[in-house]
Amino acid sequence: MSKFYSSVTKKIWMSFMGLFLMTFLVVHLSINLLLVFDPTKNLFNEASHFMGTNPFIQLFQWVLFAGFVVHIILGLILQIENWVARPKGYRLKAISEDSFFSKYMIHTGVIIFIFLSIHFVNFFLVAKGFIGEIPKIQIDGKTADDMGALVIALFQMPYYVVGYLIALMILGFHLDHGFQSAFQSLGLNHPKYTPFIKGFGHFFAVLITLAFMSIPLFIYFSK
Amino acid sequence: MDLKLKIWRQPSAHADGKFVDYQVHEISKDASFLEMLDILNEELVNKGEDPVAFDHDCREGICGMCSLFINGRPHGPDNAITTCQLHMRRFKDGETVTIEPWRAKPFPVIKDLMVDRSAFDEIIQAGGFVSIATGGVPDANAIPIRKQNADLAMDAAACIGCGACVAACKNASAMLFVAAKVSQFALLPQGKVEAKERVQKMVAKMDDLGFGNCTNTYACEAECPKEISVTNIARMNREFLVAKLS
Amino acid sequence: MTKLESKIPDGPLAEKWTNYKAHQNLVNPANKRKVDIIVIGTGLAGGAAAASLSELGFNVSVFCIQDSPRRAHSIAAQGGINAAKNYPNDGDSVYRLFYDTIKGGDYRAREANVYRLAEVSNNIIDQCVAQGVPFAREYGGLLDNRSFGGALVSRTFYARGQTGQQLLLGAYSALSKQIGKGAVKMYTRREMLDVVKIDGRARGVIVRNLVTGKLERHAAHAVLLATGGYANVFFLSTNAMTSNGSAAWRAYKRGAFFANPSFVQIHPTCIPVHGDYQSKLTLMSESLRNDGRIWVPKKKEDAEKIQKGQLKATDIAEEDRDYYLERRYPAFGNLVPRDVASRAAKERCDAGFGVGSTGLAVYLDFKSSIARLGKNVIEARYGNLFQMYEKIVDANPYETPMMIYPAIHYTMGGTWVDYELQSTIPGLFVGGEANFSDHGANRLGASALMQGLSDGYFVLPYTMQNYLADQITVPHFKTDSAEFEAAEKEVQERINKLLAVKGDHTVDSFHRRLGLIMWDNVGMARNKAGLEKAIEELKALRKEFWQQVKVPGTNDGLNVELEKALRVADFLELGELLAYDALNRNESSGGHFREEYQTPEGEALRNDKEYMYAAAWEYKGDDQEPELHKEPLIYENIEVKQRNYKTA
Repeated sequence: MSKFYSSVTKKIWMSFMGLFLMTFLVVHLSINLLLVFDPTKNLFNEASHFMGTNPFIQLFQWVLFAGFVVHIILGLILQIENWVARPKGYRLKAISEDSFFSKYMIHTGVIIFIFLSIHFVNFFLVAKGFIGEIPKIQIDGKTADDMGALVIALFQMPYYVVGYLIALMILGFHLDHGFQSAFQSLGLNHPKYTPFIKGFGHFFAVLITLAFMSIPLFIYFSK
Repeated sequence: MDLKLKIWRQPSAHADGKFVDYQVHEISKDASFLEMLDILNEELVNKGEDPVAFDHDCREGICGMCSLFINGRPHGPDNAITTCQLHMRRFKDGETVTIEPWRAKPFPVIKDLMVDRSAFDEIIQAGGFVSIATGGVPDANAIPIRKQNADLAMDAAACIGCGACVAACKNASAMLFVAAKVSQFALLPQGKVEAKERVQKMVAKMDDLGFGNCTNTYACEAECPKEISVTNIARMNREFLVAKLS
Repeated sequence: MTKLESKIPDGPLAEKWTNYKAHQNLVNPANKRKVDIIVIGTGLAGGAAAASLSELGFNVSVFCIQDSPRRAHSIAAQGGINAAKNYPNDGDSVYRLFYDTIKGGDYRAREANVYRLAEVSNNIIDQCVAQGVPFAREYGGLLDNRSFGGALVSRTFYARGQTGQQLLLGAYSALSKQIGKGAVKMYTRREMLDVVKIDGRARGVIVRNLVTGKLERHAAHAVLLATGGYANVFFLSTNAMTSNGSAAWRAYKRGAFFANPSFVQIHPTCIPVHGDYQSKLTLMSESLRNDGRIWVPKKKEDAEKIQKGQLKATDIAEEDRDYYLERRYPAFGNLVPRDVASRAAKERCDAGFGVGSTGLAVYLDFKSSIARLGKNVIEARYGNLFQMYEKIVDANPYETPMMIYPAIHYTMGGTWVDYELQSTIPGLFVGGEANFSDHGANRLGASALMQGLSDGYFVLPYTMQNYLADQITVPHFKTDSAEFEAAEKEVQERINKLLAVKGDHTVDSFHRRLGLIMWDNVGMARNKAGLEKAIEELKALRKEFWQQVKVPGTNDGLNVELEKALRVADFLELGELLAYDALNRNESSGGHFREEYQTPEGEALRNDKEYMYAAAWEYKGDDQEPELHKEPLIYENIEVKQRNYKTA
């Protein structure tokens, strides 16, 4: 792969995909939050229905899917190349003053990938009717999946909630480095704006994580 | 002060290496780190043993020849200095000091603590210059250069090519080294003429040589004896993107 | 004496170089690739020459001792580079730069060479800017200048405190460009151990691969040495650890005359020696003397207590301090010339008034400047120097005076060369600090960088071509000739001999002793008795070295001790020649100060009648005295005066 694409090209794609996936997270989060703001779960189900049936979204989900694949595969290639670049390590390695979470992007990435796979099985495959059964409801006179019920059912299980929370924290770590790193890789570093980007990156990571976390906690404790 | 040293010994490039323990005694706290190694070597020579090989030359922090990974950090525990500027007062009496060579695939060990950094020269040879010959150049003041840009170019040009950035990087990436040179020229009108070709050639050579990828960890900046900023890496990424897109 | 033909071109001084270039022989572009050139050293002179010669089309092979051509010791020069650009409109001109350089050199340099140096100085700045050297600039975008070392004009271009680094990286980038194209063959970690002569001309070198230990033969039509100075003959100097005089010394033993070896420059403001283990000295910028006052205690008992650590500098009352420079030289005070300041410090320390644990240091005190100007002003002017001092010495110069002592840092002497920078061996050219040509008995600040680049970019590419013009029909040389065979054998025998001594003393211990003899007798202040004693001691030390030196290991692979032993063996001989030269020169001029020849005020006293010549020494055999050849120095364009810095 390095023969075809330079390291910088790979990094640029990596950051584009990363930023793209972050916009997906924001959309995903805003829909999920409907469960908190509307306990009747009607709004959530309507949004899910829209996402599940709108032709543009249907098409776009393949773009999203490709985004994940590119981000993951590039991440693995970059990491393998990085390991190869230092065949013999140090006996003693002190921690330099640097971006701490950057050192664990592969680890956090792999955990997120596992979480994503479970998530995929639990929701996406179910929603697409490949496995399991979803309760039905009526929206605008048409039968639709009651995705809200599915979510609420899963968030009744304490183990699932704990696992979900841990996974989200890891996602937060991943985002914390990823956000500002993406700008750096795209060459967007400026003494005037970079402090803001870094600050916003931390804020964004914390916000996304806490907001996502609030949903299972809200559902679990309001049962 | 007395110190216990744990030093990587490797007789030659292809031989196996191992850590060997040494003791040094009554080292003055005013001695430099390399002078401490000189004392050890003088003792080894007197005992008829092979002295520890390490690179060094100017001993005033500018030639970039000295290296050494000391107690887990390139150029030792102080910031913004090279190993030759490190003094023994930074260590405690009785402390164990672990000394390793730079570790990276493109920096193979030659002997003991000495590594081959000619990969850096190859990167410069790929494009780290302005393609002009001697003579026939315009007057030095013919092209005014914004002072701020000249200063930023100087910041980048301060690189001494020691390789601490590669040694510190968890990925053994040479991005800071390459970016410093790309940046210096990108900031000056004289370098702009062939900026697009330069950045692509230098990055391609860096990749070919087997350096790792940048993960924006910024350990390079933290360990650089000349405190070269990672904004240079961003500038190089930008230059690269522009070169590829146009 | 026909041997010393300086080949100065005819015509008025200002037209000599132009005339030379107009009439010199050139090599047809198609023929240049038939000609091979070897360059030893990649500092300013070597790097610049190698790049420029290769750009012209010659086949160039370059050798350097470090792991990369970017690390030559030119990199350590701090202050700047002079040029007669007259950008500040303050009255500078080529003539004025020429005049200042001759005068600064105490009238012991060759007029025509120095004029050429001043003439091409402007091209250097243009060239470096075009290479992307980030010189300091004004807000208007034009180049900034500062004044330096006593000149009445501002003509020094600079890149922060790293001018040498930036200029060297400029030359290195030009060289790298040629290496990348395959036009230059670069050999790193190689040390030149001999010059090979065929039919009287330099035709190649024997180098040792420092990693494998193998001796290698390299042949060429001409050889250029740009191997720097020999200051490390004093063991402690501001030079890099591998800086050595062996290449020049080997050339000397093959018949290249060595000129003015005793002209050595001593810098007054270095960080003092702090222990026997010390490996090198660090320079502190001379500019510190603008605001610092130099003193030692008035009472010897105070000085002794300070040496024992019982008293601190700040404990000494104002009336017990001896501001000896202000006392002895009321007109100039702390700003006397480098050589005067250095000798005065040595005089006080020798008399027992020195400070520091060794007693070989004087104070440089900023207290009154801080009181007068405020700490902020001092910090703005010298902040980075103070920081560097604190790192090394662990004392805060804002609170306690700095300690300084003079140190050796540059050698004006070197291989004798004619106007073409060719030595007395045809085909052997010498550039930069390694030759003797331009600085006379004393070098001005910011002139070393100028000379290195002038030789490399603008002089050697012309003069070497003139020599090579009739060499195009000479086929590439083979390295299996009897001459190469014999030269390699000689080197191999020298190595074997060193390895076979198996004595009890390390190479460094001999180097230290050599340095001590040199420093004590052939250093800042010299006299006949001391020099004669030094010569005897050096002879004895050399003998002892060959009987007692301990070089562990073998020649098969990296052997740092062997490298050092080879260098020290040459230094031991070079030191002796240095002392001979100093003994021969019965006058004081520039960096050479003979105590017998001084004015009542302690100023250097030249003897222009008898010593207005360059002393070129010819090797006559290991145990023979070298033969002196004199190149008379003729000043047609300048009035020779006693140096007087009162009117500068």
